Amino acid sequence: MTRRVSLIKNLDWWTILLYALLVFLGWINIYAAVYNEEHQSIFDISQRYGKQLMWIGAAAVLAIVILIVESKFYSAFAYPTYIFMLILLVAVLVLGRDIKGAKSWFELGPIRFQPAEFAKFATCLAISRYVTQYNFKIHKIKSLFISGLILFTPMALIVLQGDAGSALVYSVFLLVLYREGLSGIVLFLAFIAALLFVFTLLWPKFTVLLIIVCTSLIVSKAYGLKWSAFVKAITMLGVGFALVWLVAKGLKVDVSNYLILVISLGICAVPFLVHTYKNKLKSVAWAIFIVFGSIFYTFSVGYIFENILEVHQRTRINELLGIESDPYGAGYNVAQSKIAIGSGGFSGKGFLNGTQTKFKFVPEQSTDFIFCTVGEEWGFLGSSFVLLLLLTLILRLLFLAERQRSAFSRVYGYGVACILFFHLAINVGMTIGLAPVIGIPLPFFSYGGSSLWSFTILLFIFLRLDANRLELLR
Amino acid sequence: MNNFSNRIYVIGGIFVLVVIIFMIKLFNLQIVDDSYKLSAENNSQRQVTQYPARGLIYDRNGELLVYNQAVYDVMIIPRQVKVFDTLDFCTLLGIEKLDAIQRLKKAKNYSYRRASVFLKQLSSEKYAVLQEKLYKFPGFFVQPRTLRKYPRQSAAHALGYLNEVNNKEIKADSYYSQGDYIGKSGIELTYEKDLRGEKGKKIYWVDVYNRIKGSYRDGKFDKQPISGKDLVSTLDINLQEYGELLMQNKKGGIVALEPSTGEILAKISSPGYDPEMLVGRVMSKNYRALVQNDSLKPLFDRTLMAQYPPGSIFKMVNALIGLQEKVINPFTRFECHSGYHVGSFTMGCHAHVSPLDLRSSIMHSCNAYYANTFRYIVESPKFGSVNNGYDVWRNHVMSFGLGERLGTDLPNELRGGIPTLKYYLKKYRRKNLRALNMISISIGQGELLITPLQMANMCAAIANRGHYYTPHIVKTIGKEKGIDEKFTTKHETSIDSSYFSSVIDGMEMVVTGGAGSTGGLAAVPGIRVCGKTGTVQNAHVKDHSVFVAFAPRENPKIAILVYVENGVWGSRYGAPIAGLMIEKYIRGEISDGKRWIEKRMIEADLINQSEEK
Repeated sequence: MTRRVSLIKNLDWWTILLYALLVFLGWINIYAAVYNEEHQSIFDISQRYGKQLMWIGAAAVLAIVILIVESKFYSAFAYPTYIFMLILLVAVLVLGRDIKGAKSWFELGPIRFQPAEFAKFATCLAISRYVTQYNFKIHKIKSLFISGLILFTPMALIVLQGDAGSALVYSVFLLVLYREGLSGIVLFLAFIAALLFVFTLLWPKFTVLLIIVCTSLIVSKAYGLKWSAFVKAITMLGVGFALVWLVAKGLKVDVSNYLILVISLGICAVPFLVHTYKNKLKSVAWAIFIVFGSIFYTFSVGYIFENILEVHQRTRINELLGIESDPYGAGYNVAQSKIAIGSGGFSGKGFLNGTQTKFKFVPEQSTDFIFCTVGEEWGFLGSSFVLLLLLTLILRLLFLAERQRSAFSRVYGYGVACILFFHLAINVGMTIGLAPVIGIPLPFFSYGGSSLWSFTILLFIFLRLDANRLELLR
Repeated sequence: MNNFSNRIYVIGGIFVLVVIIFMIKLFNLQIVDDSYKLSAENNSQRQVTQYPARGLIYDRNGELLVYNQAVYDVMIIPRQVKVFDTLDFCTLLGIEKLDAIQRLKKAKNYSYRRASVFLKQLSSEKYAVLQEKLYKFPGFFVQPRTLRKYPRQSAAHALGYLNEVNNKEIKADSYYSQGDYIGKSGIELTYEKDLRGEKGKKIYWVDVYNRIKGSYRDGKFDKQPISGKDLVSTLDINLQEYGELLMQNKKGGIVALEPSTGEILAKISSPGYDPEMLVGRVMSKNYRALVQNDSLKPLFDRTLMAQYPPGSIFKMVNALIGLQEKVINPFTRFECHSGYHVGSFTMGCHAHVSPLDLRSSIMHSCNAYYANTFRYIVESPKFGSVNNGYDVWRNHVMSFGLGERLGTDLPNELRGGIPTLKYYLKKYRRKNLRALNMISISIGQGELLITPLQMANMCAAIANRGHYYTPHIVKTIGKEKGIDEKFTTKHETSIDSSYFSSVIDGMEMVVTGGAGSTGGLAAVPGIRVCGKTGTVQNAHVKDHSVFVAFAPRENPKIAILVYVENGVWGSRYGAPIAGLMIEKYIRGEISDGKRWIEKRMIEADLINQSEEK
């Protein structure tokens, strides 16, 4: 009895309140998105809002069950749960049903179930368990390798199912690892890599390379390269470029400026390396390494983009970057979504008055594009409110995570916060044209039992852990 | 607890930053940028054009000539088409399965999302059956249209036909859009703007599949279509049909006018065609057949577009000019010895007593008389030279509405041609014209070209004793609007009305003068018919038979021209047909005594038996 009382006392009711509010708002918007004058009863389970009401009820039951279970269970069974989910992910590849090109659903009678959604919390548990093991050292290659393996295995299986979007979610664990001591340089490099990816697609190769060279020179200077060496380096590069250019002209070989620059860089690198080796200039060595790394990276970006990504993925990225524009083809979803949101104005058209969503201009409006309904019917006020509500929840989770005594709970809390954030960023980002179209749901909002339950499980396990925050879990 | 605990600020900072960026973007989308609101409006409203009923056309006695018949275009939106029973569908529409597949392909090629015509102009009977089963065929719907229908199957040239607008017409008038119908000839063309009415529109809410979800703001911005105005034509459809019957198997034309108003009572161009041929699905096939494969050119409206020499019917004009210019008087006599001879020049004439006065010269159609008259006119010393004399003569001729477009309300009217002075000077390479150069136009031959409508109008001017009204074919437009002022304006000829009586005497003698008169077959018992024959000489084929007439002599009710190509003498076909038309119009039926003429005219076949001269 006392245990039960202390659980209720120790639960973070603020988080539960935010959760309930978000689920309620989500349901209201699903109702509006599929609203149809012929089916006005909100309990009509032939309609999505009726079904969602059922999912919500089930989610509430699920939440209570999760809270009743002893918190030690979650850390103790982290690996078995993870292994079980991996088995499910493999099984769905064999037994699953193909829906919209992704083989990621189990079908049991009327119920459809998407294991990828549930793999999130299992992976989150597993990584939390592994990172807090006594022999884990963040900068040991072996530790990094194994945590990478924990993340990449479900990711790879989900990609195999044809659901690249859900797989991308796991990249957000980089932030969790950062919190646990991963060098900030890794985050910075990831950021640079993303930037270079975009530049490579937007600009000619030569321009990108020039930017890389200039940036590394400037960074080297900032890190203490002497003026004389700086000038020398530029002169050498310039002379090298001119020479290679002249030779190419003389031999009447048709070579692009890009290639000439790469060749001259290669030539210049030799004396540079000798020089840095003699003088033990670590920063310059890094700069050279980064330049060549970037050249290799930009080259592989082009290759991956053209040869490995599928056509629809490529066009979605091209649409986002404005390289292609086809508002009636590949860009149709986003164009319609922006129209719906943009037409909402300051305070929206009012509940059930959205014309764009009601008349089905926006595809997937109750699932991936639910934010359109919010934007159109509730306007800037409503959509900002929803964004801030989600942000408040996520920040609250970060705050809760930091107050854990147990490292396991903390890592798990960060995991939950980061997963929610990734979904928010990508989902809302794609509806307003700031992120590529990746079909992942908006937490607590999008229609669908699997996603609602998976977020509920994710969140309430953490709340259960948080209720025991003063215990030290092993 | 942990030396990295302040990294919460980095991570939290990233989260906050992204949400701030999103809110800025939302602010821009929802508040700053207005274009999305406009796109949203266009996205979800659809205007549906409401087609007005085209105006009806009646004849002068209230007989319906043209009305509208509802047909149904079967439309398709390929995107919405689902698997359906093709056999059942094809039977309903009465098409082959292969044909259906091809039409489906064509629609898909046009647009996957937008509606296009699958099958044109389904009859209301077929539509009634289809309608019951249409729910079985998602993606198909039916759009009502109207087609013209002709209860009397007559007067095709005058009424004209409709066809889909072409790109040039769409560019010229923003009223039209692809698939609309427009008048292409006849009354349908001239009165297009009155007949077409005004399109309406209905605005609907539609969803992304173009499915109608309801009326936009309860129809507040809808516009009802305004039906086209009904027209009352000047035609007498009974006379028109009778004329077409008489002209069957003959080439040529008839124009009958009401002299006191200029109204066209009948206008026959033969051979003609059934107006139903150029309606609906059979149209393009028939059109090609009429244009390409028929050497008789049935689409060619001879009454407005054929330009013939008028022949002897032109002699009245010459006589009147002579009287006006006082170079002759009714009692002037000229010798004729089987023709007109000057030096080596000879213009032949047929045998008749000589000399003749004015009246008898018309009755006998004496060529010499008019050669002399013409010379007297142009060579008259008061004009100083033949050149001036010819100009005076030409102006007189043109005051009868010849050599210029009359400006009737039917399209494609040609002007005919009275040779100018310049033309002759150039032709003969002279500075000063000589009367003999152009003597043949004195008897309506030579370079003179006149359309049947102009000939009929010339006759009406004589019937009116010196004035005419521009011939027109529409009496009233809609309920209020009268016809154009130009059709109620009197046009005076340059001849004083006092000079007409002797010429008209001559014309009466043509019909009733007994022995030697040329138009006896035009006579109608109890009605004083005045007429004149013409026989237009041709180089290689048989002469054309021409006759103009008006009746009754006092307060004439009808002026008529009959032109039968290759009919040899004016007396052979022109005169009898004119007489029958006059009787039909004034009496309503043909008297027993003339039945034999009627029979002979109807049976005469000049097309299939025409031979070289």
